[in-house]
Parts: sequence; C-alpha cells; structure tokens
Amino acid sequence: MLTVTGLCKSFPGVRALSDVDFAARAGEVHALVGENGAGKSTLIKVLTGVYQPDAGEVTYNGTPVRFATPLQAQQAGISTIYQEVNLVPLMSVARNLLLGREPRSRLRLIDFRRMHREAEETLRSLGIRVDVRRPLRELGVGAQQMVALARAVAVDARVVIMDEPTSSLEPREVSTLFEVIRTLRERGIAVVYVSHRMEELYEICDAVTVLRDGTVVHTGRLADLDRLHLVSLMLGREIGEVRREGLTKFAGSHDAAAEPVLQAQRLTARHRLHDVSLSLRPGEVVGLGGLLGSGRSETARAIAGALPVDSGRVVVAGAPVRAGSTPAAIRAGISLLPEDRKTEGIVPGLSVRENIALAALPGLSRFGLVDDARIDRIVDTFMKRLRIKASSPHQKVGELSGGNQQKVLLARWLALHPKVLLLDEPTRGIDVGAKAEVQALVDELADEGLAVLLISSDTEELIEGSDRVVVLKDGAVVRELTGDAVTEDELMRAIADVPEGGPHG
Amino acid sequence: MTTDTGEATMGTEAALATTADDLPPGTTGSERLSALAQQHGALVTLVIAMIIASLTFDTFLTGDNLENMALSSAFLAVVALGMTFVIVTGGIDLSVGSLFALGGVLAAWGSQYGTAVALLLPLAVCGLVGLVNGLLIARSGLAPFIVTLAAMLAARGVLLALTDEGSRTYLVDKGSFFVELGQGSLLGIGVPVWITVALFALGALVLRRTRFGQYVYAVGGNQDAAALMGAPVTRTKVAVYTLSGLCAGLAGALNAAWLASGVTILGTGMELEAISAVVIGGTLLTGGFGFISGSLVGVALLKVIQNVINQIGSLDSAYQQVVSGAFLALVIVAQTWLGRRQRVL
Amino acid sequence: MADVSLARVTVDRDRALRLLQNYGVYGGVMVLLVFNFAFTAHFASAENFRTQAVQVAPVLIVALGMALAIGTEGVDLSVGSVMALSTSLLSLYLGYGPWIATLIAVVGGILVGAANGALIAFVGVQPIVATLALMVGARGLALVLLPQLKDVRNPGMAALGSGDVLGIPYLVLIAAALALLVAFVVKRSTFGRRLLAIGDSRPAARLAGLPVRRVLIVVYVCSGALAAVAGVLATARLTASDPTSLGTLMELSAITAVVVGGTPLSGGRVRIGGTVAGAVLIQLLTTTLIKHDLPPSWTQIAQAVVIVGAVYAARERGKR
Repeated sequence: MLTVTGLCKSFPGVRALSDVDFAARAGEVHALVGENGAGKSTLIKVLTGVYQPDAGEVTYNGTPVRFATPLQAQQAGISTIYQEVNLVPLMSVARNLLLGREPRSRLRLIDFRRMHREAEETLRSLGIRVDVRRPLRELGVGAQQMVALARAVAVDARVVIMDEPTSSLEPREVSTLFEVIRTLRERGIAVVYVSHRMEELYEICDAVTVLRDGTVVHTGRLADLDRLHLVSLMLGREIGEVRREGLTKFAGSHDAAAEPVLQAQRLTARHRLHDVSLSLRPGEVVGLGGLLGSGRSETARAIAGALPVDSGRVVVAGAPVRAGSTPAAIRAGISLLPEDRKTEGIVPGLSVRENIALAALPGLSRFGLVDDARIDRIVDTFMKRLRIKASSPHQKVGELSGGNQQKVLLARWLALHPKVLLLDEPTRGIDVGAKAEVQALVDELADEGLAVLLISSDTEELIEGSDRVVVLKDGAVVRELTGDAVTEDELMRAIADVPEGGPHG
Repeated sequence: MTTDTGEATMGTEAALATTADDLPPGTTGSERLSALAQQHGALVTLVIAMIIASLTFDTFLTGDNLENMALSSAFLAVVALGMTFVIVTGGIDLSVGSLFALGGVLAAWGSQYGTAVALLLPLAVCGLVGLVNGLLIARSGLAPFIVTLAAMLAARGVLLALTDEGSRTYLVDKGSFFVELGQGSLLGIGVPVWITVALFALGALVLRRTRFGQYVYAVGGNQDAAALMGAPVTRTKVAVYTLSGLCAGLAGALNAAWLASGVTILGTGMELEAISAVVIGGTLLTGGFGFISGSLVGVALLKVIQNVINQIGSLDSAYQQVVSGAFLALVIVAQTWLGRRQRVL
Repeated sequence: MADVSLARVTVDRDRALRLLQNYGVYGGVMVLLVFNFAFTAHFASAENFRTQAVQVAPVLIVALGMALAIGTEGVDLSVGSVMALSTSLLSLYLGYGPWIATLIAVVGGILVGAANGALIAFVGVQPIVATLALMVGARGLALVLLPQLKDVRNPGMAALGSGDVLGIPYLVLIAAALALLVAFVVKRSTFGRRLLAIGDSRPAARLAGLPVRRVLIVVYVCSGALAAVAGVLATARLTASDPTSLGTLMELSAITAVVVGGTPLSGGRVRIGGTVAGAVLIQLLTTTLIKHDLPPSWTQIAQAVVIVGAVYAARERGKR
C-alpha cells in the first residue's frame, strides 16, 4: 500500500534517517517502535508530507509520490491521528466529521438533518455511538480520537498513521479504540501504529519495524519476536552481552549517606503517574529506567513542581515542599535540567552570562540591582570548571552547540548550590566529547555530596552512571534494581516484565 | 486475544456512551450552566434591563424612544455584524470606526452622482481596505491588531484628505432617493432598521448554514487543524476582513443617508463599541465560537444602557463607556475562566 | 548599500534585514535631519529643536512603558486612555496643589496598570484583549470625572509646561531622565533580566523559578504609571485638560516608536535607545510633512505605512 525505500533525511548536524525501508500493507496493523531520537517522528513526517526526503522513494499504490503538504498526503488517502487531537474542539462532532464535505441543499445551504444522520451513520459503522450534535470538546479524549479516526476513514483514507494514540486514554477507551482499529483492518486499511506499550503492541499489531538511530534494525512479524528481544532491539543492547566497564566516563559507585535528602511519596497525576515513590540520598546517583512515555520525565517534573500532582508529596531534608510550585522546589534545593533543552531550558536570546545567572539573580543582586562583579566571578568560575566553549560570556546561548548549552544550564543550577539535581536526558543530542564531560561531571557532583536523579534513554549511560535504578512502566514503579542487579539485562527484563533472572519471553 | 465480536461491540457502545457523559467530576452541571450563561446571558440581561428601564422611566417604553434606539442601533449593528465574523476567526478589526466615517463621507460625496454611486463607492473603498488588511494578516502573518490599527490611521488620513482636513462637510441632496434609505420608513419602522434586520438574517444564514461559515468557525477554533482538514485558511481570513470593511462602509453610507451629510468626526471609538457588543453577545474573543444573533443583542444592550444613562439626567453619557468597559472586562474574565475549565478536560 | 552586487544582497539579505531592523531607525533619523537641514526653512534653529523635543516628550514616555510590555511579548493598548484619565484626575485635584494632583494622577495610572496586569498574569487573558477592555473603561472614567475641556491655570503646571533649565525645557529633561532610568532598569536590574527572559522563553523562565506573574504585573504597572506621567506633562504643555482627545491613537504612536526602534513584537528584547530614536523619527516625519505644507492627513497615512513596513520587516525574525 505505502512503501518507502532507501529513505534518507538529514537536519543540520543530525542524520535523522538513513536508508530506511518500510512498508505498510493493506489490512495490516504495523507497529513502528523505537526510542527517542530513533527517527520515528521524522519518518511519519516524511510519509505525511510535513518533511521532504533528501533521498529515497515513497511509493503509494505502486506509484512514486511526493507530498508537498500534509493536506496533499491526506487527500491522497494518508491520514494521521496525533495524540493531540487535530480537530476543532468548539465545533460539534458532526461538523468536525464533515467539515468541507457538508451535505447541502439545492440553495447550497447546509442540510443539518442530513449532516447529523450521515455523521451518525459513519460513526455507527465503526461501532461508535455519540451524540453528534454536541461540541467535540465535551467528549473524552478517547472519543475525540475516535471521531478523528472516523473522519480519516470518511475521507477515504487507505493508510492511517496513529502516533501514540493511547497515551492519555483510560483502559476502557483503549479497548474501544482497538475495536475500531480491528474494524479498519477488516476493511483493508493499512494502519501504522506507534506506541511504547508492550501489551498494546502485542494485542493489536501484526507486523513490527524497529528503528534505532535513524536506521531500521528489525522488521517482520510481531508474533515471531518475543518481548525481551523487542526491548533489546529498541535499546540496542544484546541480552547477556558482556561489556567492559569504562565505556562511559562514570567512575562507578559512590559512597552514599544513610539518610535520604529527598523523598517523593506516592506522586499521582491523572493519566501520567500512579503512586510513584522514590528517595535520593546525598552522594548517590539514582537512575530512572523505562521506555519513552513510561513516566520518567513526568516524575522528575512532578518532583520539581513543574507538573501539578493530584496527590503525593515531596520532602526535602525533612521539610515538605509546596506542591506545584517551581520557585518553592528551587528554594528547597531541587534543580531540574529539563528534557527539552531548547524550549524549556535555555533562554536563547540572552547571553551565556545572563543564562547562568538567571535563577540565582536574587542572590546576586543588591537592592534589585545586579551585582555585575559577582556575576562575572561566578560565570567565570563555571565557564572554566565546566569548560563552556563560547566566544565570550556575552555570546547568545542560542548560538552555542548543544553540549555547551547543556553545560550553561548545569552552571545555572550549580550556581544555586542545590541539594538535589534532576537530570532529564542530560546527554541527548550533544557530541561525544561533551557527553563524556557531562558524565564525568555528574560523577564529580555526586562525590561532592549532591543527590542526583538521572534519566537517560541510553541504557549504558543509565546503568553505568547509577548506583540504583528505579524502573517505571505506564507511570508506576515496577522494580528497583540495586547492587549487582544494576545491569542492562535486568533493566530490560524489568521493562519487558519478565521475572527476575527468568527465561526469555 | 480474540473476543466474541458481538459482545465486544456492545462493550464498545456502552463504553463510549459513558465516556461522552462521564466528564470529569463536578463539571457537568456547572459546565452546562456556564455554557448556557455564555449563550443567553446577554439576552437575559437585555430583558431585565428593559423591564427595569420601562418600570423606572415612563418615557422608555414609548414608540418614539424605541424607534430612536432602534435607528441609532442600526448603524453600530451593521458594523458589529462584520466584526462578528472577524472575531470568530480569532482576529480583531480596529479599523472599522475610521472606515465607518470614511464610508459616510464617500457616500455623501458620491450622492451627487446618484444613489448607486453613493452606495457602491464606500463599499468599494472600504472593502478594498478590508481586503488589504486581510492580505497582510493572512498572507504575511502580521498581527491583526497592528495591521488594522494602521488601517484605522490610514483611513482617517484619507478621510481628512478628502474633506480639506475635515473642514468640509458634503451634504446629501434632501430630495434624493439615497436620503430615503436613511430617513424613510416602512410600516412605521425606519428603512435602516429593516436593512439591518435583513443583513443579520443573511449573516446568520451565512455563518450557520454555509460551508464558508463552517470554515470561519474552524479557522478560529483551531487554525492548524482546519488547515489539515483542508479548510482554505488564508482565503477565509481575507474574506472576513473584507466583509468587515464592507459592513463598516455600508453602515457609514446608511448613516450619511440618515444624517443627509458626511460628518467627518463620526466613528471614533466605534471599533471598541462594536467589539464590546460582539463579545457581550457571547462570541469568544479567542475565536471559534460565537453567533450573529448574540451581536445584535449585544448592540441592543449597549444602546439600552446608553438610553438609560441619558434618561437619568444627572448622569453623563460618558458613564456608558465606563459601564461597557467594566462589562467587557467582566465578560472576558468569565470567558477566560470558562475556557480554562474547558481546557482541563 | 547601493553598490553591493545583487548576488551578495540575496546572500546577505537576512543580515541586512537584521541590520535594518536594529539600526535602520538611526539611519532614518539622520536622513530626515539632513533632508530638513538642506530643504526646510528655519529648521536649523534652537527654537525649532526645542519645539520638536517638547512635542516628542509625551510620546517617548508612553513608548518607554510600551517597550517593556512588548518586551514580555505583550502590548498595552490602554495607554492613551490612561493619559486621558491622568489629565482628568490632575485638573480635578489641582486644588490641592500640583504635587498632590500629579501624585493622584500617577496613582490612577498605576491602578489601571495593575488591573491590566492582574487580568493578564492571574486570569490569563491575552494582553491585547485585557488592555482593550481597560482602554474602553479608562477613557469613559476620564470623561465621567471631567466631561469637557477645562483650562488649567496653575503657576506650577505652567512652569512645568514651559519652563526650562539652561535652555532645555523641563519636559525634555523629564523624558530624558525617564528614558535613562528605564534603560538602566532594563540593563542593570534583576527585574530587567527577568523581563527579557520571560519575553524570550516563558516556559524556560517558569522552569528556572522566575516570578513570572509578579514581573508581568510590574511591567503593566510601569506602563500605566509612565502613561500617566505623560498625561500630566501633556496637560502642562497644553495648559488644558482635554480628556476627550488627549491620548487618542497614542497607543499606535507608541507601538510604532517601539517597533521602528527595533524591539521585536515577539518579545525577549527591549531597545530603549531605538525606542527614543523611533519616537524622534515619527516626530521628524510629521514635522517634515507639515513644514512642506502637506496636510495632517498625509502624516497619518505616512505613519500607517511606516508602522506596517516596520512590522513587516521584523516579521521573519518574529516567527521563531
């Protein structure tokens, strides 16, 4: 139905896809999996006309095609259902379903009765029953997605791409969605299904393609692949593979104090976290393991007050921290290095110097005026210590390389002398040299008595960097690896939900 | 993993039926109520205001007074009609006050060449300004408020240039048919009122019952989604600003016919009145939601308040602005609060 | 610029555009000055410069507050109405002496600004919409307090309006002092740094623990206070309080000055020097047209073209 051969796509400095082959067949649900940065979203964007490929060919129904815009792709019959439902929430279900194709009377006026009837019929044929007159936003997210699906089918989509459709659905909504997907499959529609939830993949998908670092590492029938193997393919680690220590710059274990400095107790946030508890002791690095979407970043954000929680609390050095307030968390000594460095971390238009001083400003000023001499001293110290490469402290941070931007952010937090450092993917998208420097720094900081929470999709980094690893799955803690159990094998077993030390599958 | 199909389908329907009704706790009742308040709040307020006014002032519920109010509402209403379309797309048009004045002057000047010129000239010029606004906003992606603010200034400039810097007032020949459009009456009701009612009926039809109307809602509700769904976003935006320009020009022309002259100082602050009326009428300033009839109610409410303030001899007419400003702020706060509640879903 | 080859122009277009946005305003001022020295009679006189400077002072002061609001990716449309409110309050309380009256006028501006800020920071209303509501309300309040034009006969106000030190009018001195103060605040204070960070990247500012709401409120309070000061000064210069017409279209002039001066509407940067030059540029443009016997209508059209041009030029950098 839709095939891709030899697809390449590069962005400045990154090769997002190289020589990718992929085929979505009619009447088949095809899982597309891979960790962050594996190239899934780039592939989807090429398929749907958001990006143009640098090389390679996309063929659709046997003829080569090139979609200039998402609209073109859609008109050709390739629809995408995003997590964020791409409909108009204030308009009624029927209007959304039939926008641009409304049945009209002879006077070219919309015939509402017919419109509602048609909408109802379309939805019912997929086994969905909702009041089509109600505004879309009054429906649950699941039902909204169903409407998006129905719209895709109604515009004669032959290929439906679903990007993490279940990430914010209740279990019963998921089963409804799967019914709809099965209906689509019976109608001979090709479905591309992107998700990280093992159970879902095995329940609904026929075939699987695993992407890693922009290349296809596996493609074939899903039934032929056991869970553990799938996880190891995604993470790029062989089961039982022996590795020598020292590939990363981590020195090994640290001497942790006995009393935890930070305790997160039963953090719960609707759809995202369920009773997540963990504790950090001064001088130790605790890793957060799990696949993308398992709640790793959410946990870190909840601890830092950047994600509102429904229940649970965070205690630092015996004192509870006011929930949902970033300033309160920062005052308590919690610093978060966010995952999305470019939009949530750096302030691109400000200089290196001002970015470093930003959070520490109140301490670096007198009577509301900035004490430039002190800032210069601190900036100078950190630029030297972290080896930040910038033409001058006055260079704009937006112009620096990823690694140096990350170091600037680290410096911003270290200037506050935090007790707890939450690092969300600290080495992603930065070059090898900077990566080693950041890893060495994390070690050094832990040795100095900081409590560090490390999130990384790089399993090797996570295992070698951490003293303990807390494994998350679907927003809940499933296992904690300690001591000798801190190995890649055990991590993968925990993620794939295989009993400790047990057989594969 | 196979389940009995029949059972599964039933389960599906049951699940969705509950999903649709099962909004997060506590929202259903108050949510409905606030949605209702948004749709009919203005109408209820209008009725209450009219009852109180008629009980308090003997002169309020007289034919003369109502006729006067209807006439003076008509021109603002036509401007608000165009504004409604713009605001539903999530935009704003600050140039309408100037275009209203410009339309009046052009009509008065054009009336010497006949009624057709008197009507078509302001429509052509004001429509053109609206078109340019729309192109700059939709094609070049400039902020609507700044583009239309500049257009407001430019239109005022053109008006001054046409009238020897405002010192010249073109008069309309009293006997002409054009004056009839403003001063005449049909079944005891002024022609401008009839025209306004007809235009609102037409506008409501266009917004509710045509594909273009659906696109207007879609663009305002979620522009990116609308584009993905194949709605002609650029064309829709250009069309609404052009429409707004046309409405302002027509309102100005009718006003000139009514006054039998092209008064140059009219229209300042009218954009704010029109926006107030539209928003009070229940249209969301953030776009995607609104209705034509609401704007008519909004205009009527503003005029009733104005009338009441005028009837209380001791009060200055400036209270009108204070009241509508406060009202506007109140409505906006309520809308934002409502919108945030909805986003939580 | 003229002799750069076409190919280089296309390559350097981006850079040229940025240069134009950053320094075009100074070039524009120079061009207008040179033009007027050469072609305008009685331009190069101290008296003329004094008049120009006095006329530009209120716009400049309002533009300073506007620059702060725009720096946070907002805008303040209520400034003109705040000027009107300020003039009403001033003439109403002038009986208590000019100082008290000025103080009350400024407090009025601060209150309007606080209302703007609260709507924006706490309720989460878009700046345009929030300040639009206050624009309607404040003008109405001004007219309620003082229904029509009223002469201001007060020696203190008269001195403020027409007095000078060493030949430099008070108005100009005050405007200059305020410009320096705002520039200093933007450059040197923690508030200034936070303001820029919030305008540049709000999510990053929030995650860095900055008091986003407090900063936003202070910004709109400053804008209100500055507009009120401008209202007082304008009243002193005109020796009359006219709440109907004072400050109409002021928001547009102020936005023009700020945008022409190279402050992007997308926030994250505040160029006070550019804003001063922007205000001067518009003033010179008006003067040039008037001195060459072109009617005010032309000035308005020219200003409209200038502002659309400036926003258009800044457009590509604004889309990040």
